[in-house]
Amino acid sequence: MDTEDNILKQISIFAENKPGRLADIADKLKNADVNIRAFNIAEAGEFGIIRMVVDNPDKAYESLHNTGFTVSETNVLGIEMEDVPGSLSNIANSLGEHGINIDYSYAFVTKTEKALLIVRVDDIKGAISVLDDASFKLVDMEEIKHL
Amino acid sequence: MEYWDPHIERMPVDELRQLQEYKLKQLINYVYSHSPFYKKRLDDAGIKPEDINSLEDVKKLPFTYKQDLRDNYPTGMFCVPNTQLVRFHASSGTSGKPTVVGYTRNDINCWANSLARALTSIGIGRGDNMQVSYGYGLFTGGLGLHYGAEEVSASVLPTSAGNTGRQIELMQDLGTSVIACTPSYMLYMNEAAKNMGISIKDDTDLKIGILGAEPWSEEMRKRIEDTTGIKAYDIFGTSELSGPLFTECKYQDGIHIWADQFLVEIIDPDTGEPLPDGERGELAITTLSKEALPLIRYKVGDLTALNSEPCECGRTHPRITRITGRVDDMLVVRGVNVFPGQIEAVLMNIPEVGEHFQIIVDRVNEMDMMKVQIEMTDTAFSDRVNDIISLEKKVESALKSVLNVSVKVELVEQGSLPRTVGKSKKVIDNRNL
Ligand SMILES: [Zn+2]
Repeated sequence: MDTEDNILKQISIFAENKPGRLADIADKLKNADVNIRAFNIAEAGEFGIIRMVVDNPDKAYESLHNTGFTVSETNVLGIEMEDVPGSLSNIANSLGEHGINIDYSYAFVTKTEKALLIVRVDDIKGAISVLDDASFKLVDMEEIKHL
Repeated sequence: MEYWDPHIERMPVDELRQLQEYKLKQLINYVYSHSPFYKKRLDDAGIKPEDINSLEDVKKLPFTYKQDLRDNYPTGMFCVPNTQLVRFHASSGTSGKPTVVGYTRNDINCWANSLARALTSIGIGRGDNMQVSYGYGLFTGGLGLHYGAEEVSASVLPTSAGNTGRQIELMQDLGTSVIACTPSYMLYMNEAAKNMGISIKDDTDLKIGILGAEPWSEEMRKRIEDTTGIKAYDIFGTSELSGPLFTECKYQDGIHIWADQFLVEIIDPDTGEPLPDGERGELAITTLSKEALPLIRYKVGDLTALNSEPCECGRTHPRITRITGRVDDMLVVRGVNVFPGQIEAVLMNIPEVGEHFQIIVDRVNEMDMMKVQIEMTDTAFSDRVNDIISLEKKVESALKSVLNVSVKVELVEQGSLPRTVGKSKKVIDNRNL
């Protein structure tokens, strides 16, 4: 398996904590015909970072960047989970044993009732091989498109 | 051409001082007999024209303030009848009445001559296309540079301020080599050009910017030169003295003040006494050639220092160092004096920080709170909250160490702070002082 296939491009956006910003972003993506699969907001007082997994990250990046947002693409992993509480600690433990740190993670449930965990780690290639060895299933961009 | 007027510009300092002395005596006689305002001012101070015999005697003369012009609105301080005037300019009256300046034909000529010397010292002349993006109209920036540029036979594009898309289009199509505008407008244009898919650095012939009309820092100059690929020169002048008059020469080490036309002093704000070379204080200028509205020891309100050392360019006229702020711009925050220019200098030294910022001062529970909002940039952005918080902390501690007062730093969205085509408003003081 090619490791590159398992890397998801997450869209990260800088936003002030002002009413209407999220709706604004959703609007821009809707106009660009981009579908949001998962999202998470990390708030820190006056500002927040909106993180999203979408079906077409390049198009999302372009439409947000062109409308003046500060936006970046970040490499993350999407891990399928069967039993949420148990898997979460298993994942963290497997990575931790190999000295790989999780920068942040967030979970969401797909339409087919599957739970997915999105993680950003400090060593993405290492994480892929560790998770692969531990028989975790990583989703790729194609699967995200068809969720 | 190296000098516009080589004889005057390279005149030995002794001769220059003799010329100043002669013109100062003439000036005092002139205002005493032509200006009821100055006659009374001198009488009240117990000074007769015959008391002024040397250049040192200038110290005996009282200062003139902007308030004097307001009190004598509109033309109470003019020394010539209306029949002698060929133009008026007026400054906006943001605080109180506007000030009105009148010009005789000779005043207009002297003004253009002063800028002709300045532009030549930068290397601007025939063959240059100069876009004047200062406002035209009652504000002196537009017309001042316009006349100066024509005097040196540059071709003027009188675009005035605003309509930025068109400005950039003309800049490209006509091959503008020189632009005159405020530093904040230069940055704004650069940003607007980028949004149009145009790089000022790579896609235009722009080589020189003559920037001023608001205080800016050395660090800002570096930022502008790096991002736009131009050489940026500081310009100085104020409407009461005619308008923009002086610039740096190509050595970019202080602004030459033409001593045959203006006598410059730096005054200790506490004692009112003149300060020696190199010491920072309040600028006071005496006009030596103006006819319609001559001014004696006019306190311009800018803080700077004098450098009388001969310049590498061969000019003997003194230079003023970069203006660090205006007396009026000084903020007192928890008893500490803070100039917006200091904040700008700190910010421009931090590479992750963008050019756009705003200072907000509030009083919360009897306590002054200063906040600096800075726009996020693509390079500074990280998807990790801690990275952004540590950048805020880094800027906070850099500001604290220079200002000696704590500042809260807030990163805000790109494009969220106001942009301006003229003088930028960097400070919002919400205190009712
Ligand atoms: Zn020089």
